[in-house]
Amino acid sequence: MKTCSKPLALVLPTVMAALVFFTGSASAETVTVYSARNEQLIKPLFDAYTKETGTKIQVLTDKEGPLLERLKAEGAKSPADVLITVDAGNLWHASRMGLLQPIKSGVLNTNVPANLRDPKNEWYALSIRARTIIYNKKFVNPSQLSTYEALAEPEWKGKLCLRTSKKVYNQSLVATMIATLGEKRTEEVVRGWVANLATEVFADDNAVIKAVGAGQCEVGIVNTYYLARALDKDPNMPVGLFWANQKERGVHVNISGAGVTRAAPNAAGGQRLIEWLSSETAQGIYTNDDFEYPVNSKVKPDSIIRHWGPYKMDLINVSKAGELQGNATRLMDRAGYR
Amino acid sequence: MHTRGSIWNWRGWGPLRALAIAALTLIPLIVVLASFFDPQLEAWEHLATYVLPGVLWNTFVLVVGVGLGVLFLGVSLAWLTAVCDFPGRKFFSWSLMLPLAMPAYVLAFVQVGLLDFTGPVQSFLRAWLGSSSWFPPIRSTGGVVLVLTLAFYPYVYLLARNAFITQGLRAVEAAQMLGYTRFQAFWKVALPMARPWIAGGVTLALMETLADFGSVSIFSFDTFTTAIYKAWFSLFNLSAASQLASLLVMVVLVLAVIDQRLRHNRRYAVKSFTPVRISLQRGAKWSATIFCALILAIAFAVPMIQLLVWVVDVWREDFDARYPVFLLHSIWLAGMAAVVVTVLGLLLSAIRQHHKDATTQLIVRLATLGYAIPGTVLAVGVFIPVAWLDNQLITLAGWLHWDVQQILKGSLFVMLAALSARFLAVAFQPIDAAMQRITRNQGNAARSLGLSPKKVLMHLQLPMVRGGLLTAALIVFVDVMKEMPITLMTRPFGWDTLAVRVFEMTSEGMWDRAALPSLAIVLAGLLPVILLIKKSESGFH
Repeated sequence: MKTCSKPLALVLPTVMAALVFFTGSASAETVTVYSARNEQLIKPLFDAYTKETGTKIQVLTDKEGPLLERLKAEGAKSPADVLITVDAGNLWHASRMGLLQPIKSGVLNTNVPANLRDPKNEWYALSIRARTIIYNKKFVNPSQLSTYEALAEPEWKGKLCLRTSKKVYNQSLVATMIATLGEKRTEEVVRGWVANLATEVFADDNAVIKAVGAGQCEVGIVNTYYLARALDKDPNMPVGLFWANQKERGVHVNISGAGVTRAAPNAAGGQRLIEWLSSETAQGIYTNDDFEYPVNSKVKPDSIIRHWGPYKMDLINVSKAGELQGNATRLMDRAGYR
Repeated sequence: MHTRGSIWNWRGWGPLRALAIAALTLIPLIVVLASFFDPQLEAWEHLATYVLPGVLWNTFVLVVGVGLGVLFLGVSLAWLTAVCDFPGRKFFSWSLMLPLAMPAYVLAFVQVGLLDFTGPVQSFLRAWLGSSSWFPPIRSTGGVVLVLTLAFYPYVYLLARNAFITQGLRAVEAAQMLGYTRFQAFWKVALPMARPWIAGGVTLALMETLADFGSVSIFSFDTFTTAIYKAWFSLFNLSAASQLASLLVMVVLVLAVIDQRLRHNRRYAVKSFTPVRISLQRGAKWSATIFCALILAIAFAVPMIQLLVWVVDVWREDFDARYPVFLLHSIWLAGMAAVVVTVLGLLLSAIRQHHKDATTQLIVRLATLGYAIPGTVLAVGVFIPVAWLDNQLITLAGWLHWDVQQILKGSLFVMLAALSARFLAVAFQPIDAAMQRITRNQGNAARSLGLSPKKVLMHLQLPMVRGGLLTAALIVFVDVMKEMPITLMTRPFGWDTLAVRVFEMTSEGMWDRAALPSLAIVLAGLLPVILLIKKSESGFH
């Protein structure tokens, strides 16, 4: 490889220098977090934790899928202590892939309700994200609304807007519907939704909210914090929120949550961080910065979302969403819900 | 001393030489291919029944549409700015490259935001005309093709322009002397001569189209890549996803081999040129100006204005002391990658020129396939072997009582290797097109003098492919600035770039909050664009 000698001579020293440069070691206590959550939320939380405890937090952000594969490939030598992500499905899969370890924590068992944590205590919810019905106030009277299933009725033909089935939020919603209603009934409902669509499915919840607001459709299904953000910016938008299925199982909730990784070099430090994230201080930041609902019942929701009132949530364990996510995806493909 | 008999000059070394570079791409490819040892019949049955028929048709339409689109836009704009003269030519010749710096997903998001039912255009129409139902839907096949064409035409424009500048006018003059009209001269002489460049540009545009996920998902347009991510993120079946990705790679490989066969034995050599531009007449002159301005407006000015509006809105919440660091990281990484990948591309092309055996040619083709794999899949393919090797090294270090968490992971070495695996095609195409310009006589002469491959490279090939090298380095630089999945997967802790910032801001659908890092990416991408233009214009008077 004579042809390579020159460029290699240039590249190699740089590489060596970089190796030395990047592999520094830390002296104070450090907790290493792999996170798929949005940085503008977790940064204030971690900054507050460091200020309070002196513990340094090292964060690596990526999408859920690659993060799980990363943990798996690193195996026993993984530097990560904590995995933070959205959606119960992702946490359920992390647990099933053997990437998390059980936690024994009285603090977490007190702060986090039983339906919002892993039955094996491998992960805990840190915020609640309710997915419910929104409507255009000019066209729809809330008395016309009742359940997710009712949006499949012919009266909503050409009036429904949905986000794509490829988003995990919809997969989790349909997964819990399968758990309660069974595959057959759920498929009928999803087919009904598809038949009622006003336009192609949207890429994100914000687009659904805009479309309902502009009258492109009259009803839609979104996570409440997207609506809170939209109303925070434009309080005059004619979009109302309706709590779905209140007379029966309750509104579908998903979570964001965390667990201590199986190979954590600092498992105790990781557990302390998660416990702190469930505390009143941290839970206040979750709801005030991001309009999500706190898991800790001692913390009041942010004022923007408080006036939507209390709601009855579906008490099915959120891990069901993970278990049935594949079934939900296949069902939606069969029903033609893109 | 290198003589003909020297072991270094032995022709049989071709495959090995090529392999040394191709390994960067081949190792992750093999990891992806290894998924076939883990058959996923159930997932396949489902995908084949409900998902694949639709996405295969969509992908076919998209590839044909974008292929024709970039061919038309890229070649026509390149011809106009390289060979003709019309008002604003100088300005357009560089500004038409700017869309290269605009990430495709940003362009897609902005155009969908503007042109969809809820956007300002249709809202305005409704306010004045009462209805906008006649307005063609942007979230449609036509919309995706249009936006991806606008996002990816610069690849063809850059390469074709390179070809036309160096040989276009001379070719037209020669053809006219032989009695062709100017129009015939373009079609029969200039265009065929620029074929390797144009084909290289279209190849890049189509590979990027096939690997794209971000832009098509904004349109809710399902392609083959959508199916790959569905298998992975929705069915949690990475094996099935990897198998789908392997099929995608094989299709690209087959197309590359066909392209190679078609080009077989053609030579694209020309001599020096006399630069006198064709002055367009009145009507044509202003049409050219309007055409260029229109493309520049839709592909660059409009999204740029939208980004600026958002930045004014959000910069106070977002801007902090870390931004200069993000910018520095981005420029440094992109700069290093541009140098490394361009050098590798040059070596690969030189090897291909020197060793004409089928094995070498195939390995060279394989080396450039990383660009067609969806980025996230390739990132995992890169990370798995790196993590494995790292674990062995950490164990070894443990025996030496060296307590360390990671050795290769999070090192610049791994980042550059992974980025090379992705972007080798980007550097290779322009360099190889330029390399084909070196005449057979020149090559033969060099070899008959007994020059070693190294000397042929240094004294003949290198000076003659300068333009190709610059183009290669520019595109790699800009592409790395925009790249997300590999940077996310291989970067060290806390070592964030602008693209990482864009990812973090958009992961919850907050596009306006990503405006600041997006704008910074575009602005940083402008520097090399302007530099390149200065260089490529210097041949003209």
